[in-house]
Amino acid sequence: MADLAVGAQIPEVRVTPDKYLTARYAGASGDFNPIHIDEDFAKAVGLPGRILHGLWTMAQVARAQTEAAGGPEHLKRLEVQFRGMGVPEQEVVVSGTVRESGGGRAIVDTVAEQAGKQIIRNAEAELEI
Amino acid sequence: MPVNSQAVGKTYEPTLYAVGREKIKEYARAVGETNPVYLDVEAARAAGYSDVVAPPMFAVVYSAPSVGPPIFDPEIELNFAMMVHGGQEFEWGPLVVAGDEITTVASVKDIHESDGRGYYVFESVSSNQRGEQVCRGTWTNIVRGV
Repeated sequence: MADLAVGAQIPEVRVTPDKYLTARYAGASGDFNPIHIDEDFAKAVGLPGRILHGLWTMAQVARAQTEAAGGPEHLKRLEVQFRGMGVPEQEVVVSGTVRESGGGRAIVDTVAEQAGKQIIRNAEAELEI
Repeated sequence: MPVNSQAVGKTYEPTLYAVGREKIKEYARAVGETNPVYLDVEAARAAGYSDVVAPPMFAVVYSAPSVGPPIFDPEIELNFAMMVHGGQEFEWGPLVVAGDEITTVASVKDIHESDGRGYYVFESVSSNQRGEQVCRGTWTNIVRGV
């Protein structure tokens, strides 16, 4: 388990979604919204191109918590706000700082960034430790 | 145009999802999980689980189908073409493992308008075959230009 004392930073998760990630995640999750898998459709509705599923990015935030805490059984709650949009083939970086710790619980303030912009912000994780 | 909030409190028919070992692996690989308890049944059993464990965010797979009916409920008048997923919360209970059967009930938690945007908040409550609540999801969808 990582250091989960107040003020500690959890280990960063860095991942670069490859060109076909959104297709694999669509199949795995069941979310086939064409803005995630069809470049022409995405551009036609004013997006720069296919965008990442917000819930895939949230899964990276969740993974940062479970890896820091030592397994899935420790993650009790995760709340996120989606802002802007993530895109394939650019690194996503998840970071977090422990805000509260004690009584067998830790609260982590956490974000996901891509190219220096937050695509998940104001996220809060509650860990049982 | 004000949003129609008359459906707040409405609940929908339960959805049932049977959790499969290969589906968990497919999901775990798609989100980059490497913990063997998600991928290898022997590793999961050695860790004390009856079968491979679903990563917490697998909640999306078993609970999202419950949120379709409220999103497309004509009584709610949600303009899907202008909808973005604004926020999400999950609160977890006992871990889900392959072989579990998860029942999810969705409801309308809140509908309001703020600064020309409609906020449509749905809740999903998922329980396993023993009646234990495994996840509560809060899905905040924002519709531009209401």
